[in-house]
Amino acid sequence: MSATKRVNIFSLSLVRGIVFQILGTLVGIGVVTLIRLLMGLPAWKAEPAGVFGAFLGVLFFLVGAGTIRDWYKMALGEPVSDHHAADPEQPGWAKYFNISYDHKVIGIQYGVTSVVVMLLAGSFALIFRAELARAGLQLIELDMFNTLVGLHGIVMIASILLGVGAMSNYLVPLLIGASDMAFPRLNAFAYWVNVPGALLVVSSLFLGGFDTGWTGYPPLSARAPLGMQMFFLGVYFIGLSSILGSLNLIVTVIRMRAPGMSYFRMPIFVWAAVATSIIGLTATQLIGLSFQMVMFQRLFGMGFFDPAKGGNVILFQHLFWFYSHPAVYVFILPGLGIISELLPVFVRKPLFGYKWIAMSSLGIALVGFFVWAHHMFTAGMEEYLRVPFMYSTLLVAVPTGVKFFSWVGTMWRGRMSFETPMLFTLGAVSIFLLGGLTGPPNATVATDLHLQDSYWIVGHFHATMFGGFVFPWFAAIYYWFPKFTGKMYNEKLGKLHFWLMFPAFYLMSLGQMRVGLLGMRRRIADYDPALGFDNTQTLVTIAGYVIAFSVLLFLFNLVRSIRSGEVAVANPWNSRSPEFQLPSPIPEHNYAEHPFVVVGEPYDYGLADAEYVRFGAASEPAAAD
Amino acid sequence: MKHFILVAILVAILTVAVGTGLSAIGLMPEQASLQSVFIDQLFQKHVWTISFLFALIIGFMLYSIVVFRRKEDEQGDHFEGNTPLEIVWTIIPLITVLYFAYLGSQALAEVRRADPNATNITAVGQQWSWRFEYTDYGFISDELRLPVNRQSLIMTTSTDVIHSFWVPEFRVKQDALPGDGMERELRITPTKVGRYKVRCAELCGTQHAYMLADVIVMEPEAFDQWVQEQMQGPSGTPVERGAEWYQQFGCAACHSIDGTPRVGPSWKGLFGEEVTLADGSTVIADEAYLFESIRDPQAKIVQGFETVLMPPTGQSMTDEQVQDVIEFIKSLSEQESD
Repeated sequence: MSATKRVNIFSLSLVRGIVFQILGTLVGIGVVTLIRLLMGLPAWKAEPAGVFGAFLGVLFFLVGAGTIRDWYKMALGEPVSDHHAADPEQPGWAKYFNISYDHKVIGIQYGVTSVVVMLLAGSFALIFRAELARAGLQLIELDMFNTLVGLHGIVMIASILLGVGAMSNYLVPLLIGASDMAFPRLNAFAYWVNVPGALLVVSSLFLGGFDTGWTGYPPLSARAPLGMQMFFLGVYFIGLSSILGSLNLIVTVIRMRAPGMSYFRMPIFVWAAVATSIIGLTATQLIGLSFQMVMFQRLFGMGFFDPAKGGNVILFQHLFWFYSHPAVYVFILPGLGIISELLPVFVRKPLFGYKWIAMSSLGIALVGFFVWAHHMFTAGMEEYLRVPFMYSTLLVAVPTGVKFFSWVGTMWRGRMSFETPMLFTLGAVSIFLLGGLTGPPNATVATDLHLQDSYWIVGHFHATMFGGFVFPWFAAIYYWFPKFTGKMYNEKLGKLHFWLMFPAFYLMSLGQMRVGLLGMRRRIADYDPALGFDNTQTLVTIAGYVIAFSVLLFLFNLVRSIRSGEVAVANPWNSRSPEFQLPSPIPEHNYAEHPFVVVGEPYDYGLADAEYVRFGAASEPAAAD
Repeated sequence: MKHFILVAILVAILTVAVGTGLSAIGLMPEQASLQSVFIDQLFQKHVWTISFLFALIIGFMLYSIVVFRRKEDEQGDHFEGNTPLEIVWTIIPLITVLYFAYLGSQALAEVRRADPNATNITAVGQQWSWRFEYTDYGFISDELRLPVNRQSLIMTTSTDVIHSFWVPEFRVKQDALPGDGMERELRITPTKVGRYKVRCAELCGTQHAYMLADVIVMEPEAFDQWVQEQMQGPSGTPVERGAEWYQQFGCAACHSIDGTPRVGPSWKGLFGEEVTLADGSTVIADEAYLFESIRDPQAKIVQGFETVLMPPTGQSMTDEQVQDVIEFIKSLSEQESD
């Protein structure tokens, strides 16, 4: 710290990328305008110019940031360096703003982006929840409300996908004993494509917004302002990231496990990450396709979903939900994996029914492909389809039940302690239970005729998202924080974060369900005071603000701990997992200097002398298949 | 064994507490249709199942948190699983959900049970109002009047984007879709005389929150009398009839008659004025212009309203009705000049 290193900000990939994106957008707009001029058309037309500009902007970003530089060199036959060490000329933080091939740096990049994006999406919700605190319109215009509701949804989804990317990228190579992901350049590319994508989605706010919600149903989305197209394009690129990241993860798990690590000896989170990646790799194309079709309907008059041109509005919903339902499992499976991963450590007992939990993740992923039309029970698809989809949907409860019972079995007769990560894990179990149990009434068609599109649904899926992602995500951050930073977080602040967020969440979610049953519709800026739930709405808003405050506490805790927290010991939780046997923070090439072989079961807590990994015994780090 | 007995007691107490609590606070709004009876019965079964399962997991968790907390540094009991138990808690939930799917199918069949003598009504959604075509009698209304204890077959449809027909007190819901052959049916047998509201349940653009329509459930005699009145059509002058169509065809959702800004241009003082169009040209709002704008809204777009797409409501109006509306618009300018 003697000499402060100065950084030319234009040397940072992030800055160069954004500058290039602006440039690319202008070039795209210019090209379309020029072509129109040459064709003798009125030169300026916002929609084609804007869309092509936005598209070119993303490509320019990727080039400008340097994500494809190595591939280009490879194509030319020039040598490329495999090392991903940070530039010693720059301060330590600069590597997070640059292209790095280190999966741990990429994991942190994903994680920090996820939190930043989550703050943004949360702020949108705080604005419209303030509006909803009382009946009547007080704060914002109707169109702004509709745009904020849609943005809250899609930006949160982006945040969750980034969070999932953070967990799988940072943790999976460490958990399986690999020195990095299978395709480090693809890994960096998959992260960086999110940045221009997210910028596009947010730019929609300034381009007329979009009044369709995150689902973007046509015909409404076919006539929404230009912001709609930015939303479609942004989601398209974020989806591309999901596909590439999933591919990379599956290959990594198949090819790069430590010697002796058979599939049933992998830490359980890896199973969840694989199940998630199978969905991400195979289903994401459908949301990209459905959005692309609306984009083309608007740009080129292809009447896919336009009744006047023989299109069908229901078709969009099938394509959209064919991804967007399994996507829910992309969001929750990693979180459920975190619960299964952390419980044994804090209970000091083996994970109850390891193979059943592993298989239930795959089971949920598989059944998840056959249930999409339950989002459409009142949408007007063929009536006879409703019954088979009711049966398939209810089947999801079976593998999910296996997880709950196995978690209870893990807790039973253990020796529990309640540090912050464990509090968030237990909170996650109880909230995911609330989300799970409020699912079947939506699945049985008759009751869903009342519940569909009501605030009950809002309460239900916020419970699944908080239980399946948000709480496990915080648990994971606190749990691995010493490994990220070499410092300990502040335990008191961590517990305070939990004890604010947990009751506030119950209040919010139950309040949402209550008003929904009484007749509150989704996505309305104003409601009929005659329905008599003003006070419940006020409570829901207050609870939302408490949650927001607790998240600020969380950030304060992290920032303060990074700057002046206690230095962490290597294994603060007395975990058996290999990454906790490494020093904190983790060396750059993970196990390169510390190879290990797997000699036992991962969760043999409470068994004297049981070993999981043995260090220093491997002759060479090789794939385990 | 002692542990299991204690947990069983805890789970039983929690189940009863949660279940009776939820049943007591009145979860559902007023039950005002035959269909809602079956739906509420099924929902009540869900409530008790949810209460039991919530109590089961939370009971075991709470017990473990209290009894099995770590006192000093020690390890938990070592057992890795129990396959027969895993099979049991796979099979029992499987049977339970299949049973619920069966109940759901039965309730759905009851909700859709058709009465051949049902009153036929087409509910047309458009941004942002409803209109109801009484196809048996050949008239249109902007409020939905239904006879009590008689089934009404409501066909939903839309002229622009997707809307959704929902009266919470009737429980059932159906999206209204644009396009030929996209009419979808909903059967409602109201059981209580009273006033309710149709609330659009599918996000349909700017004014979605305010896309409501009155529902009035009447005694059959009163309903028949109302039908007779409606069939004679609105009497009186063209201006009075025009005012009636203004409400019934939903013009009021976007066009004010007192100058208040809404999604479309106000009609106050419109007739005879010079209107600036989107391309900068001007036109006098005479009869020919108004007739064209009602029938073909996209033909001339007023400056400042480029992004608004007026639904083609005018195409389902007769020439006489359009003429009445023009007379009504004229009258709004005359009042001003008086």
